[in-house]
Amino acid sequence: MSENTQPVGLQDRAERNVWLFAFLTFLTVSVAGLVEIVPLFYLDSALPAKNIPGVVWDRGDKSLDDWKEGDGVRPLKPLELAGRDIYQREGCYLCHSQMIRPFRDEKERYGHYSLASESMYDHPMQWGSKRTGPDIARLGGKYSDEWHIAHLIAPRSVVPESVMPNYPWFMENTVDGEEIKAHMRGLRIVGVPYTDADIETASAITGKTEMDAMVAYLQVLGTMIKFQEGVEYRE
Amino acid sequence: MEEAAAEQKYNFDVVRWFAVMTAVYLVVGALVGVYIASELAWPVLNFDSPYLSFGRLRPLHTNAVIFAYGGCILMATAFYTVQRTCGVRLWSDKMAWFTFIGWNLIIVSAVITLPLGLTQSKEYAELEWPIDLAIAVVWLSFMFNFLMTIATRKTSHIYVSNWFFMGMMIMITILHVVNSAAIPVGAFKSYSAYAGVQDAMIQWWWGHNAVGFYLTAGFLGIMYYFVPKQANRPVFSYRLSVIHFWALMFGYVWLGAHHLQYTALPDWTGSLGAAVSIAMIIPSWGGAVNGMMTLSGAWDKLRNDYVLRFLIMSLAFYAMSTFEGPIMSIKTVNALSHYTDWTIGHVHSGALGWVAMVGIGALYHMMPRIFHTPMYSQALINMHFWTATIGTVIYVVAMWVSGIMQGLMWRAYDDYGTLAYTFAESVEAMHPYYAMRAIGGGIFLLGAVIMLFNIIMTVLKAKNAGSVKAAQTAAVAA
Repeated sequence: MSENTQPVGLQDRAERNVWLFAFLTFLTVSVAGLVEIVPLFYLDSALPAKNIPGVVWDRGDKSLDDWKEGDGVRPLKPLELAGRDIYQREGCYLCHSQMIRPFRDEKERYGHYSLASESMYDHPMQWGSKRTGPDIARLGGKYSDEWHIAHLIAPRSVVPESVMPNYPWFMENTVDGEEIKAHMRGLRIVGVPYTDADIETASAITGKTEMDAMVAYLQVLGTMIKFQEGVEYRE
Repeated sequence: MEEAAAEQKYNFDVVRWFAVMTAVYLVVGALVGVYIASELAWPVLNFDSPYLSFGRLRPLHTNAVIFAYGGCILMATAFYTVQRTCGVRLWSDKMAWFTFIGWNLIIVSAVITLPLGLTQSKEYAELEWPIDLAIAVVWLSFMFNFLMTIATRKTSHIYVSNWFFMGMMIMITILHVVNSAAIPVGAFKSYSAYAGVQDAMIQWWWGHNAVGFYLTAGFLGIMYYFVPKQANRPVFSYRLSVIHFWALMFGYVWLGAHHLQYTALPDWTGSLGAAVSIAMIIPSWGGAVNGMMTLSGAWDKLRNDYVLRFLIMSLAFYAMSTFEGPIMSIKTVNALSHYTDWTIGHVHSGALGWVAMVGIGALYHMMPRIFHTPMYSQALINMHFWTATIGTVIYVVAMWVSGIMQGLMWRAYDDYGTLAYTFAESVEAMHPYYAMRAIGGGIFLLGAVIMLFNIIMTVLKAKNAGSVKAAQTAAVAA
């Protein structure tokens, strides 16, 4: 065949050798990940606020129940974690973001812009990409527990314009503390600092409804840090 | 005679199965899509049932269109074209069947687990860890068989469509393994190995490259084979193909960060993603021009070749959405468009206009060649073309209007310096556009149903005439 002349360059060489072609492709597609992702694991700029006092809870040997609102970011308590599991299961993140951007209108509508440290224990993060409903990064404390229960059972009973599904089954289903213990142990392996004592407390939540868990989770969102006037949390 | 020779030389059996399943899954994926679109317009359709609620069905829709429809057409066309461009049969028939059965079992498991709420809650990578493991194994079998077929080829050089398929296979393997890393805490429950900002970057590195490699590079592999074949002309420019390929492989990977501008991701990362996004207009348009100009001097073919219409329309949408994407990644535009329906509109101009149409065109091209009988109805192909085009345009326009309106309402201030609208008011304002979107999607779905009918009738026709058997047993010159 006339095609079978000597290779004239790298492209030609690669087009004749599938393994060389595959290898060059592998190198080419790897560059961006190495530049954009790898530094996030060791650069301080990935979590710029984590050393500001009051951002991450300085726990010492206190228990999760000693934490008070505004003490800083802490791992979720067992009931809140059960709520977060339900939040994931129902795909809430598909319509609600948990990531407030540093704009005037977002500050007035939702509150202080979100910090990376606020989701440092979130495996996976729930920042979301779409606001079919509003952002809920700082939902905690804005409404009463009763409002949340009414809203989750039938959103249009309290917000007539809402297009959110009803979640009546949250009232019927219960959570299992033993299951949450296993979840906490798993999260500890990937870096969430749960103590053995924290994990033991999960037994107590058995029998609570999914509604209790959801409300506990929604009410803690955004309440962990007490933001100070005049402090720059992000460059 | 030539087709009979191809039938006997190549493995078209597995291609036939993938082809038919493609048509089935397009209907399924679009049906779920229309249903969830309707739920947003008329929330009563959630029926207070966990299994029908929007949050559980939306991942089913995305998985069905991306992995079921997209996967089957990619595997059908990759297996079809690699044999024809390399002049050899698939390296392993058994492995190809493993890929087919494995992939379809994964799809079935997605249909079962997602409505049950078993999800990793990572966008476009929802399936839980046992299914993720199965995906890795089946995907590697697909890639290995493909590479080995190329390795045993009879031609001296590897044809350009195979480059793009290879690029997709290699990158999707890396992405899937890294993004899906998780700690299992139950049979169908796991937590991502990463948290917060690192997890966000990795998720969108996956998310945008599922688009860039699976839905773009893979489908460009389809384009580079089927456009020249259907037009019966060589690719416009070899040089442009080389540039298109390497620029795409290098450039696309950077873009994920543009999904995270103004978030807690460090500013440099988002800006870098945006800068490369804008530069990506050049290779993307190079590729679109390369495809379209293949028709140079033969534009009259569009008058009566309905299959070619699908292929060329898909390139027009490819050019449009690869222009729109970089625009949306500009920070000032992104500040408005992010979190709104504009993103959904952008995705669907790519997904319906480009990914679906180029796949449909390839499917219509392959059908007569793998079933050895003409399509049941040319008129129905034409009808499909118009329903697909009109449905897509209605869908995209509805989302443009609603997206920009949302963005503007959220940031609007009144004369007293307070926010002009509550969030609920913006939701209410979306209703007409959500209804319009459901209608546009419904028209697109109608087209998919027409195709499924046309394909089933063609298969039955081939079966009754025994055309596949005839081709398999015809005497051909060795």
